[in-house]
Amino acid sequence: MVTELFTDYTLRTIALGAALIGIVSGSLGTYAVLRRQSLLGDTISHAALPGIAAAFVLTGSKASIVLVAGAAAAGFAATLCVFAIVRTTRVKLDAALALVLSVFFGAGLVLLTWIQSRPDARQAGLDTYLFGQAAALVQRDVVSIAALGAAALLVALAFWKELKLLSFDPDFAATLGLRIRALDVLLTGLLVVAIVIGLQAVGVVLMTAMVVPPPAAARQWTDRLGAMMVIAAAIGALAGIGGAVLSAQAEHLPTGPTIVVCLTALVLVSILFAPRRGLVARRWLERGRARRLRLQAVLGGLEALAREHEGGAHGHSAAVLRLAGGARVEEQLEELRRRGLAERLGEDEWAVTRAGREEAQRLEDER
Amino acid sequence: MTSAQVEIQLIAVVVSVGCALPGVFLVLRRLAMASDAITHSVLLGIVVAFFVVRDLSSPALVAGAALTGLVTVWLIELLRRTGLVREDAAIGLVFPALFSIGVILVSRYAGSVHLDIDVVLLGDVAFAPFDRFVLFGWDWGPAALVKMTAILLLNAVLIGAFWKELKVASFDPGLAYALGFSPALVHYGLMGLVSVTAVGAFDAVGSILVVALMVGPPVTAYLLTDRLGTMVGLAAAMGATGGIAGYWLAYWLDASIAGSIAAVIGLQFAAALFLAPGRGLVALWRRRARQRVRFAETMLAIHLLTHEGRPEAAVESRLDHLRELLRWDEPFADRIVRSAVRGRLVTAGAGGLELTDRGRELAAEAIAES
Repeated sequence: MVTELFTDYTLRTIALGAALIGIVSGSLGTYAVLRRQSLLGDTISHAALPGIAAAFVLTGSKASIVLVAGAAAAGFAATLCVFAIVRTTRVKLDAALALVLSVFFGAGLVLLTWIQSRPDARQAGLDTYLFGQAAALVQRDVVSIAALGAAALLVALAFWKELKLLSFDPDFAATLGLRIRALDVLLTGLLVVAIVIGLQAVGVVLMTAMVVPPPAAARQWTDRLGAMMVIAAAIGALAGIGGAVLSAQAEHLPTGPTIVVCLTALVLVSILFAPRRGLVARRWLERGRARRLRLQAVLGGLEALAREHEGGAHGHSAAVLRLAGGARVEEQLEELRRRGLAERLGEDEWAVTRAGREEAQRLEDER
Repeated sequence: MTSAQVEIQLIAVVVSVGCALPGVFLVLRRLAMASDAITHSVLLGIVVAFFVVRDLSSPALVAGAALTGLVTVWLIELLRRTGLVREDAAIGLVFPALFSIGVILVSRYAGSVHLDIDVVLLGDVAFAPFDRFVLFGWDWGPAALVKMTAILLLNAVLIGAFWKELKVASFDPGLAYALGFSPALVHYGLMGLVSVTAVGAFDAVGSILVVALMVGPPVTAYLLTDRLGTMVGLAAAMGATGGIAGYWLAYWLDASIAGSIAAVIGLQFAAALFLAPGRGLVALWRRRARQRVRFAETMLAIHLLTHEGRPEAAVESRLDHLRELLRWDEPFADRIVRSAVRGRLVTAGAGGLELTDRGRELAAEAIAES
């Protein structure tokens, strides 16, 4: 199955194309996710539809580069509309996104059906942009995806410091004299490029799923922007290749949705198993912390008893300590004994050791 | 008009109004993108329910799909609660996943299933009149019309019955909680309505354009009024007129009816955005321009009053001097002076500008106010 990746020309092209799309949208999507604009990608990709149709009407060409240019123009116009609506009216971001998304998509549908109703055979195949057709990727498409994607990534690298500042602390960026509005437009433009290069393969409906999941998964593994972008790109690439290979194996398994399912699986794995942030790791940490707290409570209890009965090693029964340590106080006393902090003087008679008193004192000082 | 044309328009109106009613609360509660998530993931519910009942017009389909809508909302909430992803990303993670599973299921079993993704996603109301709803040997009309009318009535009755609760929960969730309404119940109740409506509307307009019908008319109404009741009424009216106008636009272009309705809804919004009385952009621009002139006139009057009756008055009231002092360019200064003369604030003589009584009053008032 994997060896076919190297021998089968068609599969290799599709997998390479999907991987490149995953890399570009994953790494540039990082900014969108960090800036809480995840759904902007959804609006851009849906809004690209009228651009594709209009580009065909205006030029009569079906070359992917022409249609991609149209898609980019429409996607960009849509985001400008969204920001203008939010800035000039009391309509909130969510409603502006939903409105622009659906109205642009509706207008695209009108154009597309209007084109189809005309006696012009050249239009056939425009509607593949709705759901994408990864199987139709040829080498030329992959080359243009690589070129446009590389250009977008290079621009992002060139403005690395500015974009980072914009994403984490826009107010500070503004006080430094950076031109926030211009950077905003630049970042939106990069996101538009990342999205439109994937439309042919993945389609307008699912392209948003290439933008959000890779960064969302990558976020769980790191706290650093650079690492997050690299991990997001790797996840995007992995899912792209995985989806392409899987859908080549089985019949009637469309590539776009298969990639999305792969991405979702990677997100779930990240959310569950990522070190430190992951749910499993967090549960583990919490359990350890709770045990440590109970141990310290019992040790503190022993120390308090020892102070009350100064001079001579008295033993105290576990029941006295239950107040501090809860129901399983014997377990904790045993653990303290193993660590040399408490000793057992007789059947159900416990006392704190010298080391234990020092430790208890240290903990108290810490507090 | 043929009877089929009348019926299509009726369906368009009923679907639009039916979507606009719950849409008002989506917009007010900032859940517009949740409707996008629901309408996409409902596909999975439709497919799964279809596998079970094997009938596209069965009510079980509506129930199953509505359940998927609620599951979507619940999953988004679950993801958000982990604190690992923010709400916008949670929405962007959940619905593409469920939608993709739906698409894969449809493609895998395309042979045995008479269910087309294009239809689910894009809808097609043009052929709706051929699918009749017959009960007790009586033709009640197109199935889509009957189904959507039922959903419209359901929406109207439920929103009417829980008007107070929805209103308080939308504008002041804290108060709603203190009064004892469960925010979760209101939230999931509304989302349930949205899901049922999305399922009912999908075969007429498709799942993506349901978003236009749910969000568009309420947003337009939101620009026009501050009252909830008026907003609901306006949204319904916008939806209804959008449905009819959209049909005729599609008829004229020979294009998709659903797409045309969405386009008309977009035009309605644009019209309200620019022309809304009082707070539209045009009104805003005019008000700003008026205020600018008014401010400049006041400045002029204050300046003249300050130097009135003093030795320097002759110089200070000369227009070219004023221009330099107040940093006005020539056309603007001319405009202001003309406007001030027209408003009888100053008189322009050979020796320069001179305040009238009215101008003195204005200047004195402005100084006193500041």
